[in-house]
Amino acid sequence: MSEVSMSVNGRTARGVVEGRTMLVDFLREGLGLTGTHVGCDTTQCGACVVHVNGLPMKSCTMLALQCEGADVTTIEGLAANGAPLHPMQAAFREHHALQCGYCTSGMVMMAVDIARRIGEPDEATIREELKGNICRCTGYHHIVEAIAAGAKAMALPQT
Amino acid sequence: MDSRLVPSQPPATPPYGERAGIGDRIPRLEDERYLRGGSRYVSDLIATSRALRVRVLRSPHAHARIVSVDASSARTFPGVVGVLTPDEVMNVGDLPCEWAAPGMAVVPLHPVLARDRTRYVGQPIAAVAAETTHAADDALGAIAVAYDPLPAVADQEVAIKEAAPRLHDAVPGNVAFRFRRTGGDVGRAFADAEIVIRRRLTNSRVSPAPLEGRVVLSDFDPRAGRLTHYTSSQLPHTHARLLGGCIGLPLHKLRLVAPDIGGGFGAKLGFYAEDVLCALLSMRTGRPCAWSEGRGESFLATTHGRDQIQYVELAARRDGRVLGLRGRVIADLGAYALGMGPGVPSINTGISVTGPYDIPHADIEIIGVYTNRTPTGPYRGAGHPEATFLIERLMDDLARELERDPAELRRANFVSSAAMPHRLPTGFTLDSGDYAANLDAALALASYADLRRRQVRLRAEGRYLGIGLATFSASSAASPSIAMGAIGFAMTGHEGARVVVHADGRATVFCGAQSTGQGHATSLAQIAASVLGILPNDIEVVEGDTQVVPLGTGTFNSRSMAVGGSAVYEAAHRIIHKARRIAAYKLQRRPRDLVYEGGVFSVNAHAGATASIAHATKRVVQKVVPLVFKRRSGFELPTMQRAADAVTFAEVAREAHLGHDLPLGMAPGLDETYFFDPKDVVFDYGAHVVLVEVDTDTGHVALLRHVVVDDCGRVINPLLVEGQVHGGAAQGIGQALMEAMVHDGNGEPLVSGFNDYAMPRAADLPLFETGRTEVRTPANPLGARGVGEGATIGATPAVVNAVLDALAPLGVTDISIPMTPMRVWRAIRAARGVSAADVGERESDRSRSTVGLPID
Amino acid sequence: MLLAGGQTLLRDMKHGRHSPTSLVDITGVVPRQIERRGDAMSIGAGVTHTEVASSATLRRHLPVLADLVGHIGDPAVRNRGTLGGALAANEPAGDYPAACLALGAAIHTTGRTIAASEFFVGDRRTALESGEIVIGATFPITERAGYVKFLNPAARYAMVGVFAAVTGEGRPRVAVTGARTNGAFRWWEVESALATAFTPRGLNDARLSLEGLIEDLFADAAYRAHLAGVLARRAVALAAGPAPGVMVLSHGSRSRTEVVHA
Repeated sequence: MSEVSMSVNGRTARGVVEGRTMLVDFLREGLGLTGTHVGCDTTQCGACVVHVNGLPMKSCTMLALQCEGADVTTIEGLAANGAPLHPMQAAFREHHALQCGYCTSGMVMMAVDIARRIGEPDEATIREELKGNICRCTGYHHIVEAIAAGAKAMALPQT
Repeated sequence: MDSRLVPSQPPATPPYGERAGIGDRIPRLEDERYLRGGSRYVSDLIATSRALRVRVLRSPHAHARIVSVDASSARTFPGVVGVLTPDEVMNVGDLPCEWAAPGMAVVPLHPVLARDRTRYVGQPIAAVAAETTHAADDALGAIAVAYDPLPAVADQEVAIKEAAPRLHDAVPGNVAFRFRRTGGDVGRAFADAEIVIRRRLTNSRVSPAPLEGRVVLSDFDPRAGRLTHYTSSQLPHTHARLLGGCIGLPLHKLRLVAPDIGGGFGAKLGFYAEDVLCALLSMRTGRPCAWSEGRGESFLATTHGRDQIQYVELAARRDGRVLGLRGRVIADLGAYALGMGPGVPSINTGISVTGPYDIPHADIEIIGVYTNRTPTGPYRGAGHPEATFLIERLMDDLARELERDPAELRRANFVSSAAMPHRLPTGFTLDSGDYAANLDAALALASYADLRRRQVRLRAEGRYLGIGLATFSASSAASPSIAMGAIGFAMTGHEGARVVVHADGRATVFCGAQSTGQGHATSLAQIAASVLGILPNDIEVVEGDTQVVPLGTGTFNSRSMAVGGSAVYEAAHRIIHKARRIAAYKLQRRPRDLVYEGGVFSVNAHAGATASIAHATKRVVQKVVPLVFKRRSGFELPTMQRAADAVTFAEVAREAHLGHDLPLGMAPGLDETYFFDPKDVVFDYGAHVVLVEVDTDTGHVALLRHVVVDDCGRVINPLLVEGQVHGGAAQGIGQALMEAMVHDGNGEPLVSGFNDYAMPRAADLPLFETGRTEVRTPANPLGARGVGEGATIGATPAVVNAVLDALAPLGVTDISIPMTPMRVWRAIRAARGVSAADVGERESDRSRSTVGLPID
Repeated sequence: MLLAGGQTLLRDMKHGRHSPTSLVDITGVVPRQIERRGDAMSIGAGVTHTEVASSATLRRHLPVLADLVGHIGDPAVRNRGTLGGALAANEPAGDYPAACLALGAAIHTTGRTIAASEFFVGDRRTALESGEIVIGATFPITERAGYVKFLNPAARYAMVGVFAAVTGEGRPRVAVTGARTNGAFRWWEVESALATAFTPRGLNDARLSLEGLIEDLFADAAYRAHLAGVLARRAVALAAGPAPGVMVLSHGSRSRTEVVHA
């Protein structure tokens, strides 16, 4: 067992973990941040995507200890409680881009990164960028529309 | 009959909280919670609990005698708190089969833990509850099981042969049932036929694979003798009843909660061993016990879908008129009769094989067979996709034989809307519908004629464009309850809803349906809002808790709006009926003289002379009560304000709660329950047009366009309907192109995760082009059909027909599903007459690559 | 065991393929450069796939490599996976090994420099000795190079991938990945056929022999053998054409080409 410390959603988070504990388990069980989910065991489905030092990563295939000192953002950190939804979250809602919601946090975290990197991606690019995010409910149609809209909204000057 | 084409619209978002009701395209009320990471799946409850973690030891053999199970060492492992072996669950009931096929004499039930024999790889043998998952896994490894392997059979056609190993001693030939539906005179039809299409079709085995695996948290309080059981169930009430029965717990001591559920698609309709195991372990240890299905585990432990081999013949005249259909379908049930497994291929496939067509003569026999594989169960469409696949492949083949346009051929054979209701030769009755208008709408949306022209042009360039059609008509909202027994269905056909209006005029809707992503929190709120005249945002929908919603059926067979929504609708009407009486009393009018609009009861200005007389009478009558009260008690009743001409719903609600001034004899409260039990099923129908291009060098299929025009009757929320169509189509496409649950000849699964099971990704799919026709069914007050499964039912055959249409010029006539690139390429090669020897292929390579899937 | 991005190792640990008693995280100590050195691009072992894919320097001088790496896995996996990890893993369907072989790369370790043709020795095995760590690789620059892969619909790595290139000296090199259980290899017969002219026209009968080919649910030996020939023709056409680059085929998907403009 080792101590680990990192910044999660802007706050210092400390815990004691085993060497083999994955980041997703530290977030969910150690910190009670259950918004990030586990949907597969082959690093494919993307339900576990969070941001580490500003980049999306699959938290099911990262050791918690490898995130010592890192800056982690989970879905809970995109918008503070009571604050308005992040434009990408709002776009997902407006476009019905979630049904059961299980893939949603990973999908939104990846979407935010796509928008930041590419600006206003077209349909084909969005679909390609979602290679590591599986959704079983939506057929991706509304997700693609939401990401396009969310990216546009994110590109607007934030007041 | 009203039949309008309603094309799909771009999203329009009324401000959050605006007045909305049935038919409005509003974003979901519940989404904010999910988007902020506030979802509460069972795994989330587990993560923040101190529950023991349960792991299940599973059989590595497809078929074996269990000689001994020794867990003595495992019990001593650090962190282990409880262990269950088969001899410790002898008094526990087997997992019930809730839908045996009619006439099924023997029903071999799935035991909670295997006793003397295990019959599929993955079957639960023992379970361990420990402080951590790792501790449980370590202990699991120390349970010593001695197996005596037996010959196994993994293919249903092999299983019914005489020499095949027998799974259940009481079931000779592994034949679970033979279910036959006949209508008309099929012998005559085939004798009169000018053309007969004969095919052997295979409908592959697939895994529903919701992104959330199954998950259970069972918490028994030994001091109260009460069990609170959280589980990812699509049928909370049924599962509570079954769980209580299995473990011998009275139902008033059992609360079953299905919180957020991450997709079901039929996989979570089954009642599984892990629920019983966790409950028993919790009762034993006095600690909450939790089990969470791993993805790899899910391919063994959760029911698979479909899996039929279909021998079918279609008889027709040269003018295209279909005369008769006959067939023999061999359906794989897997190792046991579990849950709804046997009913799916028998009733659903057996009854639906004629689709939307007027085929007067039919004879279909469904043979259910046991094999040493994971049991099959319902999967989105549950028997209807298999039936639709069968008839739609035959129709396209007939069209090709007759050199007729496949759309024309279908239209010529539809049951016309004027002929509804129409009794099918196989049993059910089509309630209503305009199939021709629906197909026309799809063809128009697809610009079908243009596509055919483009196909011709591209063929000249050596490119293979394919256009595939599928039309379907599938029964949904299985009902009425009295009929359930006749078809072997042990569950209910009704659905209930309770609408409670609070003192401030806002409402809670309790419903027995169970959302697993369909958005009932919004759609049912919209129904209630429409009737109650309040905002959807002021309505909370509660499902999935047997303590709070004591009676219910659940969600399957596309029933939630048709049955559950109708129950909400009627309950809300009862509320308004009572509210109107209260308002009338306050306004000193007759109820019928009031108008209710925008949440306000007001006096109808044009009510007429009798209304005025009644008004005067009421004023007089209402003076009597205070006089009587004063004489009896000596107290003055407070003077009640009589609003001149209007009272709001909120004011009525407040009055209902306080009860200070209600009509004489009226009980307080605005709280109404309604159980809706439809008189018959409804039929959800639609048409798909799919455009593909096939690369003959590689077998790659590009999905260029996918058009769907669905008729789900009354639409509650177009945005949610679109979502169901998109998602449903994606799953149908998945089965057509890439998904397959595969076993080798000995029942060994060859799929262990998403590395082998191909889940469609965003890049595989196009934007769906959706339209709607809307023929409201008379079967329920909403006029709603179902929509959850329709797109899956139509998508698979449409995609298959498209690929075959593309390759028809090369002489390809069939490719079994999934149409992987390799299979497409093989079919092209075979049609071109390239022999194995030409390409240096060895015989042994060919047979080795069969891997349990039949090759064309 | 050594741990870099962990996308291979941690995944394998979860499946019980490895159970190391200790892991040493080397992400902080391996080199991370991407720079041009003479006629070659030098990339440090610690560079992530995302960094390679988006490197302006690499895009200017050897864009085909940037695009190949930009199609490994998915965006999240690419933020963790590293050059060193990918080379040391030598997965049978790895894209990097095909690039190394076709471009004639040199792999630098803590002990020596090893030519790609000697580095990849078999199924998930390399020439690395115990304690030897990959610190980087050097990729000779060429303008004529193309990579075509057809994704396995489930695992989404190469069912077959073919990298075709013409070296600075004008010699054709063709490497295939995803086809053999032993991993990526040079396709000598096709290289011979290309010796006279670098065009797909001479490759119409190109087909791998069936020996040692991977067989799985989506591709048996005969189909893989055939597919390799098809993709070889397309890779050569891509490399020889006006817009060399990377093409990824995915069943169902409409988009077929991803080209890089020279």
